Amino acid sequence: METAEAKNFKKVDIIFECQDCKPIEVLDTNLERKPDDIILDIIDSGLKGRGGAGFPTGLKWKFTKNETAEPKYVICNADEGEPGTFKDREILDRVPEKVFVGMALCGYSIGAKEGIIYLRGEYNFLLKDLNKKLEKFNKQLKDRNLDFSISIKSGSGAYICGEESALFESMEGKRGEPRNKPPYPTTEGYNFKPTVINNVETLVYTTMICNLGPDKFKELGTKDSRGSKVFSVSGDTPIAGIYELELGMSLSTFVEEFGDGDTKSVQVGGASGHCVPRKYFEDTIIGFEGIPTGGSMMIFNSTRSMYNVLHDYLEFFTEESCGQCTPCRVGCQQLLKGIEAVKRGERKPSYLDDLKKLASNMNLSAKCGLGQSVANPFNSIVDNFREEIIY
Amino acid sequence: MSNNKYLVNLTVNNKPVSVEEGTTILDAARKLKFKIPTLCHHPDLHVAGNCRVCVVEQKGARNLVASCATPVSEGMEIYTNSAKVRESRKHVIELLLSEHNADCTKCIKNGRCELQELASEYRVGDHVFLDLVDEKDKIPDISSPSIQKDDSKCIRCQRCVRTCSELQAVSALAVVNKGDEQRVSTFLNKPLDDVVCTNCGQCVNRCPTGALTERAYLDNVWEAINDPSKHTVVQTAPAVRIGLGEDLGVDPGQRVTGKMVAALKAIGFDSVLDTDFTADLTIMEEGTELLTRLKEALVDNNESTKLPMMTSCSPGWVKFQEHMFPELLPNLSSCKSPQQMFGPLAKTYYAQKKGLKAENIVSVSVMPCTAKKFEAERPEMRASGYQDVDYVLTTREMAMMVKQAGIEFESLEDQNYDSIMGKSSGAGVIFGATGGVMEAALRTAYEIVTGEEVPFKNLNITPVRGMEGVRDAQITVKGAKPEWSFLEGATLNVAVAHGLANAKKLMQAVKSGEKEYHFIEVMGCPGGCLGGGGQPIPTSQEIRDARAKAIYDEDADMPIRKSHENPEIQAIYNDFLGEPLSHKSHDLLHTHYKPRKRY
Ligand SMILES: Cc1cc2nc3c(=O)[nH]c(=O)nc-3n(C[C@H](O)[C@H](O)[C@H](O)COP(=O)(O)O)c2cc1C
Ligand code: SF4
Ligand code: SF4
Ligand code: SF4
Ligand code: SF4
Ligand code: FES
Repeated sequence: METAEAKNFKKVDIIFECQDCKPIEVLDTNLERKPDDIILDIIDSGLKGRGGAGFPTGLKWKFTKNETAEPKYVICNADEGEPGTFKDREILDRVPEKVFVGMALCGYSIGAKEGIIYLRGEYNFLLKDLNKKLEKFNKQLKDRNLDFSISIKSGSGAYICGEESALFESMEGKRGEPRNKPPYPTTEGYNFKPTVINNVETLVYTTMICNLGPDKFKELGTKDSRGSKVFSVSGDTPIAGIYELELGMSLSTFVEEFGDGDTKSVQVGGASGHCVPRKYFEDTIIGFEGIPTGGSMMIFNSTRSMYNVLHDYLEFFTEESCGQCTPCRVGCQQLLKGIEAVKRGERKPSYLDDLKKLASNMNLSAKCGLGQSVANPFNSIVDNFREEIIY
Repeated sequence: MSNNKYLVNLTVNNKPVSVEEGTTILDAARKLKFKIPTLCHHPDLHVAGNCRVCVVEQKGARNLVASCATPVSEGMEIYTNSAKVRESRKHVIELLLSEHNADCTKCIKNGRCELQELASEYRVGDHVFLDLVDEKDKIPDISSPSIQKDDSKCIRCQRCVRTCSELQAVSALAVVNKGDEQRVSTFLNKPLDDVVCTNCGQCVNRCPTGALTERAYLDNVWEAINDPSKHTVVQTAPAVRIGLGEDLGVDPGQRVTGKMVAALKAIGFDSVLDTDFTADLTIMEEGTELLTRLKEALVDNNESTKLPMMTSCSPGWVKFQEHMFPELLPNLSSCKSPQQMFGPLAKTYYAQKKGLKAENIVSVSVMPCTAKKFEAERPEMRASGYQDVDYVLTTREMAMMVKQAGIEFESLEDQNYDSIMGKSSGAGVIFGATGGVMEAALRTAYEIVTGEEVPFKNLNITPVRGMEGVRDAQITVKGAKPEWSFLEGATLNVAVAHGLANAKKLMQAVKSGEKEYHFIEVMGCPGGCLGGGGQPIPTSQEIRDARAKAIYDEDADMPIRKSHENPEIQAIYNDFLGEPLSHKSHDLLHTHYKPRKRY
């Protein structure tokens, strides 16, 4: 684990605060600036994507801007399918205008005319309200002579459709299967045109960076993990919920705040993240230099069976794999059936080592992030809770 | 080759190579003669990148990359055989086998299976993973007379899915469900004979395993051969003679006509005859039909006569049209395909001439085609009072019979076809290539109208040849005889399409009125019958080009190049049919079509 110095625990209120920030005014002040200056600010802020992969947002905008193909698109990824994550829903419910403004500023910066929010199917209850607000917002854009408008597309209900290229396929009316990369979305995204795709939360931060300036944002977090982030805290905690926290704290600080006093492990980053056992809490930094997270923090206390936890995750992946590539489609099934076989004593405990090797090879050879990340929970849980898996 | 494309420099296994930008790592490595195994990759199809057996190591990259799906970039360092690569690749193969019903000894693909080959190359006999084969996948779908689908042998490479949509525009097969439930399926998982499948077999040609195969009938054929009370006649389609060798150790593009005939005789068929004979007959009937239609439409203004007339000798195309463009069925020529002209004639004309009873004749055909199996079973195809063609074998099945019979193919002495119905012209031979029917028909029709040969050097109507997906050509009539005077000076617009995706484009252009034609030839398979779904596997543009060249060479070598000059054709009209489109012709040689649903 990294031994970078951990930050203290600090609650932040940037995403949801509403006192000093009128989103439409942020738009107005920034529309007077040059697109390149906005992009430079986002680059300078050090903001990295909040959807999981952590790609620098400003660079993504810049690459897309530099493409010559037309039209360009801005897509807001609101598919939020990672188990244990529910922050995007909260953001869209409470501060949707901040998301809209982030999209409009992105469109203005890169030269796109169309923005689309890909909304998780299960969040359709938000649709009516969002559409009403969008109608107003689109009109405001028109009043400002900004050639940009936003619409919503309802998701198909599959976890894999949150993966950006599968999301494009799904939006194009095809089966949600990830594409080969390269080309990346910045060159060939939606409709094979240059596309910025950002997570809901990322877009809000772009609005806020344009409001507060990059320096204010950089005051928070660490060199590798600038700013704050919204966490979805769940599991064995007395205070489950949504919290915006400064990045860079250690996991032990986090557990002190949210644990129930009996925390055995924390699953950082949802089903596709890492499981950190108690002995590593101190040394684990939450951020890109340690363990990054799309926001999900699942806390497990000593009453939990880590076999069941792993089994649930593997069932999830076995079902949610799009099924196109061999390592993931078959690998997930082998891992799931494999731990069952070990549990039942049909395979020797040492079979777990074969399975770990398999998981590592899935990481190396699967086509997309889903199959590649199954090794995270698998190897971290098997390594740290081997007895619980076997007996 | 350098049309403004940059050259990219990279190394593969430390060897430098320069390739055009956009080239995949796979092709760059092949240029250096490094073999990387592939499964989902196929040269005729778009890249999928899903099997992951082709992964290689790229220096500096966190993950392995799929070489078939990754374009080269400047300075790339690629390793195709590192420990990491080998282990991942082996895992991929082992995983595929763990969900695979690997009963190779019972599998029609045994010995010719891409998965089996990799399994043996990587020695995965002792693989450790659990068996995941789903019992319910083990019951193959044998509803179609042409195609067999066995999900327990499917590796989900989606080559078939891409073939069916990209090349054939049919999309009878699609990927359904996700995760462990993901399968390649028909619409609502209906039986293959109940969906839009045209039986073209192009998916079979590209399936790397035994998941999609032809329905094989060679055992029935052996039985008939061994039954002394039966007289077995076999007909061989034009494209078989230029494809068969590939399954028997000969390079693509070699003509093996004489050896093929010899092999069939050695196998024990009582009479070895030629579908090319009925190809010539088709030209007589279809050419006359075209001229009649032109007259009815252009002179008599007969509303019910439809132009353009479209060829009907490709049963995959015919079924496609029945499903996709039923409103254009009146445009299809009423002529049966050469196979189905041969069938009733074998059990009538041939039977009479040979003093045989129709019920004792078993009529077998060897075809480059899987759709012909379906065609033979169509209820319309019983003009002789019996099923006209009893069994249809693919080129591949025939090769298998040759092997089973223990015949050393390459050392056979050439033999000639039997008579009657064994003689043909070069025009009959070129039926096997896209554009061939058009060329053959024009050679004859033009001469009927003008009394002169078509105005092309050596009778080679090159504008309709080639591999362009849709081609059109014009031919102007000069010196029409009095009875065809309405055609004097007229320019006939003709078009040729091959592969059903191209056919679809052409049909849309016809329907929208964007293009106006008098005569259209469509072959269901890419390249025409020479690329048929029953031909030896593998297939690629290179292989199809070699086969096409062989076909045109065969034509050029024939003493007779025009259907109407075939003496056996003249004889059958004199002795039996009367004239083209006669009453008897209609009874035996013409048919009708029925609209079918798309879902
Ligand atoms: C299996 C899988 C599921 C994903 N689901 C989501 C999701 O629900 N929401 C999201 O924002 N990103 C998701 N991502 C990440 C996206 O592919 C993409 O990286 C992200 O939307 C980029 O936005 P960002 O740069 O703002 O993070 C997923 C990735 C994978 C591999
Ligand atoms: S890794 Fe899994 S989800 Fe991703 S493409 Fe492969 S099968 Fe689909
Ligand atoms: S498909 Fe290939 S590997 Fe599978 S049983 Fe047939 S021959 Fe064997
Ligand atoms: S036989 Fe032809 S139409 Fe039928 S599924 Fe295969 S490719 Fe598609
Ligand atoms: S049926 Fe054959 S071609 Fe189609 S996915 Fe399965 S293995 Fe591949
Ligand atoms: S051959 Fe490259 S992924 Fe299948």
